Amino acid sequence: MSHLSERPEKAVVGVSMPHESAHLHVTGAALYTDDLVHRTKDVLHAHPVQVMKAHGRITALRTEPALAVPGVVRVLTGADVPGVNDAGMKHDEPLFPDEVMFHGHAVAWVLGETLEAARLGAAAVEVELDERPALVTLEEAIEAGSYHGARPLMETGDVDAGFADSAHVFSGEFRFSGQEHFYLETHAALALIDENEQVFVQSSTQHPSETQEIVAHVLGVPAHEVTVQCLRMGGGFGGKEMQPHGFAAVAALGAKLTGRPVRFRLNRTQDLTMSGKRHGFHATWRIGFDADGRIQALDATLVADGGWSLDLSEPVLARALCHIDNTYWIPNARVAGRIARTNTVSNTAFRGFGGPQGMLVIEDILGRCAPLLGLDPMELRERNFYRPGQGQTTPYGQPVTQAERIGAVWRQVQDDAHLADRRRAIDAFNATHPHTKRALAVTGIKFGISFNLTAFNQGGALVLIYKDGSVLINHGGTEMGQGLHTKMMQVAATTLGIPLHRVRLAPTRTDKVPNTSATAASAGTDLNGGAVKNACEQLRERLLQVAATQLGAPASDVRVVDGVARALGSDKELAWDDLVRTAYFQRVQLSAAGYYRTEGLHWDAKTFRGSPFKYFAHGAAATEVEVDGFTGAYRIRRVDIVHDVGDSLSPMIDIGQVEGGFVQGAGWLTLEDLRWDTGDGPHRGRLLTQAASTYKLPSFSEMPEEFHVRLMENATEEGAVYGSKAVGEPPLMLAFSVREALRQAAAAFGPTGVSVELASPATPEAVYWAVEAARGGGSGAGRKDAEGTRGRTGTTGPTGTAGTTGTTGTGMDDVPEANVPSHA
Amino acid sequence: MTEARITVNGQEAPIAPAAAHTTVLDFLRERGLTGTKEGCAEGECGACSVLVARPGVHKPTDWVAVNACLVPVAALDGQEVVTAEGLATPGAPGTPPTLHPVQEELAVRGGSQCGYCTPGFVCSMASEYYRPDRVAGLDAADDADDVLDADHRHEHGPNGFDLHALSGNLCRCTGYRPIRDAAFAVGDPAADDPLARRRDQAPPEPVATRYTQDGGTFLRPGSLAEALRVLRERPEAVVLSGGTDYGVEVNIRSRRESCVVAVDRLPELRGLRRESDHIEIGAALTLTEIERRLDGEVPLLGALFPQFASRLIRNSATLGGNLGTGSPIGDSPPVLLALEASLVLAAADGERVVPLAEYFTGYRQSVRRPDELIRAVRIPLPQAPVTAFHKIAKRRFDDISSVAVAFALDIDAEDGAVRKARIGLGGVAATPIRALATEAALEGRPWTAETVEAAARELRGEGTPMDDHRASALYRSAMLGQSLLKLYTRTTTEAVSS
Repeated sequence: MSHLSERPEKAVVGVSMPHESAHLHVTGAALYTDDLVHRTKDVLHAHPVQVMKAHGRITALRTEPALAVPGVVRVLTGADVPGVNDAGMKHDEPLFPDEVMFHGHAVAWVLGETLEAARLGAAAVEVELDERPALVTLEEAIEAGSYHGARPLMETGDVDAGFADSAHVFSGEFRFSGQEHFYLETHAALALIDENEQVFVQSSTQHPSETQEIVAHVLGVPAHEVTVQCLRMGGGFGGKEMQPHGFAAVAALGAKLTGRPVRFRLNRTQDLTMSGKRHGFHATWRIGFDADGRIQALDATLVADGGWSLDLSEPVLARALCHIDNTYWIPNARVAGRIARTNTVSNTAFRGFGGPQGMLVIEDILGRCAPLLGLDPMELRERNFYRPGQGQTTPYGQPVTQAERIGAVWRQVQDDAHLADRRRAIDAFNATHPHTKRALAVTGIKFGISFNLTAFNQGGALVLIYKDGSVLINHGGTEMGQGLHTKMMQVAATTLGIPLHRVRLAPTRTDKVPNTSATAASAGTDLNGGAVKNACEQLRERLLQVAATQLGAPASDVRVVDGVARALGSDKELAWDDLVRTAYFQRVQLSAAGYYRTEGLHWDAKTFRGSPFKYFAHGAAATEVEVDGFTGAYRIRRVDIVHDVGDSLSPMIDIGQVEGGFVQGAGWLTLEDLRWDTGDGPHRGRLLTQAASTYKLPSFSEMPEEFHVRLMENATEEGAVYGSKAVGEPPLMLAFSVREALRQAAAAFGPTGVSVELASPATPEAVYWAVEAARGGGSGAGRKDAEGTRGRTGTTGPTGTAGTTGTTGTGMDDVPEANVPSHA
Repeated sequence: MTEARITVNGQEAPIAPAAAHTTVLDFLRERGLTGTKEGCAEGECGACSVLVARPGVHKPTDWVAVNACLVPVAALDGQEVVTAEGLATPGAPGTPPTLHPVQEELAVRGGSQCGYCTPGFVCSMASEYYRPDRVAGLDAADDADDVLDADHRHEHGPNGFDLHALSGNLCRCTGYRPIRDAAFAVGDPAADDPLARRRDQAPPEPVATRYTQDGGTFLRPGSLAEALRVLRERPEAVVLSGGTDYGVEVNIRSRRESCVVAVDRLPELRGLRRESDHIEIGAALTLTEIERRLDGEVPLLGALFPQFASRLIRNSATLGGNLGTGSPIGDSPPVLLALEASLVLAAADGERVVPLAEYFTGYRQSVRRPDELIRAVRIPLPQAPVTAFHKIAKRRFDDISSVAVAFALDIDAEDGAVRKARIGLGGVAATPIRALATEAALEGRPWTAETVEAAARELRGEGTPMDDHRASALYRSAMLGQSLLKLYTRTTTEAVSS
């Protein structure tokens, strides 16, 4: 057992407990950034001036009419920026642009005494535009050769030889949609200036250090003049990793120029139309199997829809490539990546960060090919798993060290789900129900943990012990609901050997812990937990020396358990409070800065090889669905999940992450449907689903009727804090089982052996067309290359219904009712 | 009139100086009650859910959860509101409050992650907690093959908790399981629970209101006669009957009206009368009130209600509002068309009765004059024996229909002929329409697969469905036909099983 993973007796980690703020949540007392406004005097409100065209150069920007609106105090434009006019890190994302790059791009901001005044002011600003052609869809960008950023290529083995050795070769395309984060709390910030020109920004951000950095460069001041604090977020999911910075900079700029506090909060439609989303992808692929269905070769190209600027698209694409193998050994692979440049919002991090997209491609391939190979989809998947003890590596060269866990969770979830019995029951049901079909699908995941870029894999903490024995911890991670703070308090209490109630946690601030990484990549607990543990260990070692003297024993024989220090083999006790007080009077330092860096990582982005991940998280899900053959409507009847979180630090929190991630993934794959106006009318490029009434999230009706989650047992991870594993992102991808179950249920309406294509998201309409295609014996999909035709398993619907399945951005009329709920 | 005032968490406060269009949500947050959150500002996410004391169905007062983002605060003149902050019992100074039972269950079961949606869930859950006819131990039939029973089983807890109470609340973090567990774990209110006791007292009376601020006026007339007089004098006035559509316009489209006239508490619009040849439903009864007071008496309405928006919306929305806005994708018109409903339109100079089939004249237009109010909806009796409502949407709870189809069929028990067919459609034209050609294709013919298939082909061609972000035209059209085939299958399967 490693030092990092070893747990002391009576550890507070591992105890199941609710979120540390649960009582504040349920009483409405928990404060979010915008809740601070009414507690702040003389606040100005910022409102964006959005240009409702997809592309064009600004030829005139007249702010005078806005200044004539009562209550308008100032209009912020590019001319006001004393530093660098850029909201990102790549100098391709002007905060105040000269060129409108997407429909709804904000080109100026109005500050008003009230939000109403600022809104009216923004409406009065006059913008003239030299309109340019706009590329709205991924297909249009590919057609036009419009790309930005890197062109990664991941290669392993000999692909041509692999295809030559293949008994079956298939090829196809797959276009799938992105996803809106829809954190319940929209982007918000509140900026204040103190008497010494220090800028203080409250921001709903997953990355306070980068928010600080960008505020500083926009203002043209050094980082130490800017402090960023994040109390908590009402959800982040990656949407607040890069996107908050520019908004926070606008508030800070306004505060700097007016001397008054400036607040902004996007309303939902502004948030939906201005902020980036999960990347939709287009994939082309060719795959070879041997006679037994084992993958011999994969040749694929993944194109991510980057939107108008680069943002995080390069690392997202890298992670997509690094996850196209999922749980499967692909001996010969060539996978190329591109980032399309479109006139839409700049797509960004979203839970899984490209991993889900890469994995979806291989799961879709296997789901489509299984019937063509005459294999049960589960059998096909299992045959291709990484095998333990064979030294297999991923296509980018990282050894798969816990391959046995892929099979372990796979078998366990089948037991938990009573798979054999239920499959028989489903067969019986389907035999007697011509209009309703059920199916049960099992899929697994393997997800790499650590930032691909090695430098980001560090964390910091500051732990303070006060004379009365109470402990205050600060760390670099942010709380967005994932329970990071809860776990950090458990880690601190465990390391110090004190009850949890002696530990309090302070909000995340850049003046407590500097140069932090984003709370992202599922790595928040690994990095900050390592740092908190390190700080607490420093303090513990000092205190053990003090206790040793008091107890008359060597320090190595002293343990602090549950707030009491004892020496081995002795009855003498020293209470924590006395120990701390004694240490103070002995002039022992009672604060410590903790630090952690993930060891053993290596990544060469140029050759696309290395071992970028500390370890892999594993899981498997078994999902049963029921599909109504009349409409394509469906329900999720039951879900069983076995997931590997190492040894859980906080089981209730981890199960919450697994369940929530699963349902969010199911939303992406089945329900959430981003649609843009792709026609040539005046609203070209407009997001049509720009409100909660048109962009539907999973609600109670999408929750699995039965939902069983089990955490893998005896799963110690040697390489992470107290033997745990990261949990934030991986469970999202367990939702592949929903999509595959829908595919299989659709197939059950037709003859056996039909390859069913399913659009993504698999809305009821998409499922209906899949059912129709299955009933018709398939749409000629999935022909084999060996027969001489370049078999294509395209993503459009059945013959005669092209453009109606919802995968390809179909030209849509601008609907007068686009945002109006029917209820009155 | 006296100064407009509202009671929040037991404390009375003036509504001024809020602007006339100010929502309850913004009013509360301005007052520092920031537990009530804005997630969408259009009544879809429920983060702003609060409790309002309203006339009860089973007790004098119900604690009704509504979307604070859609209700103008002036509409709550003289009313009582409770927020998540007000549900907990304050502790002694320096000690934490004692949680309300629904708060306690949510907290200990992991029902909150980011916590932003949580106060809204708390209020929606509390409303169901205090529902007087929530009865523990009503078990649904345990027939896994029956979809309706499966719905019922999974949507009702052993404590009688109806999950539809949370159909208007969205959570992006938890996946809902712990929230469901919390909902199904709450017990009954204690005898000394102040909100439970409040139910036994009379509800706050509606208060005639004239509130003018920042260029807008909110009027709540005290009587129908006064309301009709105002409408005659001020043709620009906007009628508010629930306001769940108007509130969206205010928040999302920044609609600012000079005069809003609220009619949703007028007693003349809130009756429910059963006559020999019709049932008359007051246009200002909320959908929840109609649902609970009819209690299945009109099965086609019973099929509609659970699919109409969310409980939070149904607690405010009215039939008068749904018909008054005249949206082609409103959920009630297809059902009311199939039921051959008529509208009673009232004006200062008298009433007239207009069949709903003749009411809509164009996109959001109708024969109603600006000085007329929809006073009531009449549903003729006897009702057709075979009815069904099919709403096609992406999401089962709280979504807008791609198409909606309502059937009311009279099939002769003896010879199996379709004596009469009435079919209402939504989402296929600029107005809700009757499927006249399909009705003709069914009437007088035997209820057989052959008839139904021919009629389904006819039904696919009704209206002019279009492509949009909800569905393709082809799918909409297909679903029209499929809905009839599905109904036929249901009737024949039932015949076999009985």
